[in-house]
Amino acid sequence: MAEALVGAPAVARESRRRRFGGGFGGRSGGRASEGRAALLFISPWIFGFVVFTAGPMLVSLVLSFTDYSLVGDTEGVGTANYRELLSDPRVAQSLSNTFIYAALFVPLGTVVALGLAMLLARVGRASGFFRTAFYLPEMTPAVAAGALFLLLLNGQSGLVNAVLGWFGIDGPNWTTDPAWLKPSLAMVSLWSMGGTIVIYLAALKNVPRQLHEAAMLDGAGPVRRFFHVTLPMISGAVFFTVITNTIAALQMFDQAYTMFYGPQQSETASDESLVYMVYLFQNAFQFFKMGFASAMAWLLFVIILVITVVQLKVGNRLVHYEGEGR
Amino acid sequence: MSAPRARFTLVPLALSGALLVSACAGVGGGAGNDDSGGDAGGGGALSGTPSGSLKIMGFGGEDEVGQSRVKAFTSAYPEVKVAQNKGEFDAQQFLTAVSSGNPPDLVYMDRNLIGTYAAKEVVQPLTDCVEGQDIDTGQYRPAAMRSVTYDDVVYGIPEFYIVQTNLIDAKSLKAAGVDPKAIQTQDWDALDRTATQLFEKSGTKIGRVGYDPKLPDSFPLWALINGAELVKEDGSPNLNDPKAVEALAYATSLVEKQGGWTSFKAFRDSFDIFGDSNPLTKGTITAFPMENWYVNVLRDSIPAGLQLTATPITDREGETVSTLGGSTWAIPKGAKNPTAACAWMKTMTSTETWLKAAEARMAKVKEDKSFFTGLFTANTAADEQIREKYLTAAPDAGFDTAINAFYDTLDKATALNPSPAGAEIDAAWKSAVARTLGGQDAKASLDQAQKEATTAFEKARRG
Repeated sequence: MAEALVGAPAVARESRRRRFGGGFGGRSGGRASEGRAALLFISPWIFGFVVFTAGPMLVSLVLSFTDYSLVGDTEGVGTANYRELLSDPRVAQSLSNTFIYAALFVPLGTVVALGLAMLLARVGRASGFFRTAFYLPEMTPAVAAGALFLLLLNGQSGLVNAVLGWFGIDGPNWTTDPAWLKPSLAMVSLWSMGGTIVIYLAALKNVPRQLHEAAMLDGAGPVRRFFHVTLPMISGAVFFTVITNTIAALQMFDQAYTMFYGPQQSETASDESLVYMVYLFQNAFQFFKMGFASAMAWLLFVIILVITVVQLKVGNRLVHYEGEGR
Repeated sequence: MSAPRARFTLVPLALSGALLVSACAGVGGGAGNDDSGGDAGGGGALSGTPSGSLKIMGFGGEDEVGQSRVKAFTSAYPEVKVAQNKGEFDAQQFLTAVSSGNPPDLVYMDRNLIGTYAAKEVVQPLTDCVEGQDIDTGQYRPAAMRSVTYDDVVYGIPEFYIVQTNLIDAKSLKAAGVDPKAIQTQDWDALDRTATQLFEKSGTKIGRVGYDPKLPDSFPLWALINGAELVKEDGSPNLNDPKAVEALAYATSLVEKQGGWTSFKAFRDSFDIFGDSNPLTKGTITAFPMENWYVNVLRDSIPAGLQLTATPITDREGETVSTLGGSTWAIPKGAKNPTAACAWMKTMTSTETWLKAAEARMAKVKEDKSFFTGLFTANTAADEQIREKYLTAAPDAGFDTAINAFYDTLDKATALNPSPAGAEIDAAWKSAVARTLGGQDAKASLDQAQKEATTAFEKARRG
């Protein structure tokens, strides 16, 4: 029996080898042929990766050790740009702002997206309409969303404070009070959570119904079922979105730039709204300190790498992977 | 932010993509092929009749004043094929074009950028151009020429001339029983009292601002009023001059007494500057320092009930002052047809061409059944002739007062001195003002700005 079981894969391999042409060139020839075919198929990606990703990354690494400024002579400056990262107070300020924003946005975004996905999962009629409606903001240009929210969140005449006023709440100056700038940015970012909602919705649909039924038979209520059935079963999806949303939050640029650093806003922007990517952009394309901006980019790359590794290490202990017996 | 969209993108990619393109293109940019069909190529005397193509960057010129002057050039030089890259000047686009060896022949930008670009050798000295095309630089206002001159070399030909004066909502002022003369910048205590008297608030909502000091962008104006020079003649920053610190503290206090910065800015953000609901027509701001172009915008709000008047901005001795802004033409390094570029600059800014522009504006005014509010150029003779020939009494006395106030300010305006670190100095003082408005002490803010600007200046000076 054991021998038969051991032999089964070999039979299958032989069968595949024959079907895919291994019978003509022998085993090694077939593998080489398959390898060439695989390389051919992925070559567009390899080309794109080398030319548009790996190459530019290497160039930016080299530039981070120079004083490149788009024009004029370029000279090597050693580690001066990296030392400047430590001495420039605005680097620390922008990093701090970015971390606070990410700390606000990622948990809030996860909770809101999960809540909306659970509502969508329950919708029977017109579910397609609601799913489309929730995903539509994802298609809205970030610049348009930023401009729209500047009006909505205006502390003196905005709709948000007007609505709060109906309930006797005196809303803050969302877009001008330094204490509210980062929470406002996090709120605006919730506008485009459509992608995360779709991922959660798919994960929720994959939770086996019999698990809920079994839990109900054991007397578990909705809250208990959520924490002991639903959440563990979708923990893989949640983990994935937490990682990717963290990366996206640390790279946040478009809405902060539109709301606080556009042509009409840049002169009044508070340092409290200066996120890291905006400061990087300013150095690169307003002050033309490309070398320094490259060093900034690499610093953020390392920070993101470290955070992601930590998240993976911690997350692997918390995430339930079906079939792995964790 | 689109979270899923950015999933697998690592930070350096966006930047490095741009960098690679630039880097592959080479740094510096060569002279390229000479596309000039004129008598001179790049580096020559730039004399003679131009021909060939002329590529221009940063010039919109969509209105009648722009179009009539473009027509003046194309009529004078039919051999030149003009290619305009419509839209505002974009520093990133411009520098990338220069560094990739494919610069435009001509660029149109703010005059305050000239120092930075001259120091970086991105724009060419115009010595040959001025001589070759026989441009009379004496026809331009000295303050405008000063702002396009770096290290005693002319790098730009100035075009428009933007000055400031106090524009006032006379209706609100009258209702409050305040004399327009109370809107002045000589006696700061008195202005403080006037602003506070005119300010209106209901709960946490501002109803009306008495006097908007227009911070942060008007900080150089307040420094000038108090006698401070933010950029010294050699281009070095002087941001924490005690007089500048005093000016910033005072202007900030005006904001603080009128609702505080966060409410004040939110209130200001809600304004429709260009429509009939502009703050002077709607009565949401009683007075502020404003630029000359705005009178042309306000003209359309008379039917909506606007009652305008104006007073000059003075220093603390009572002398009229104003900061100066405006645009300039410049020839980038590596331009392929500098002769045509030079001829264009001369034509676009000549007295004769400005008169044609005024004629076009008058035709438009007639068509709109409106009135002429003046044309403010860097060309002294053009301004005088246009004023004499076309400017008549406006149907509204308040507009006459405002227009005359702007004309009276022209020769009193001064620009910040050009600096090789102009962009960084600008960024430093703007951040400082934002910090002060956010609650930081004015001196501490400007000390920090001075430190940042000095570092940038020294680095720029070293090249």
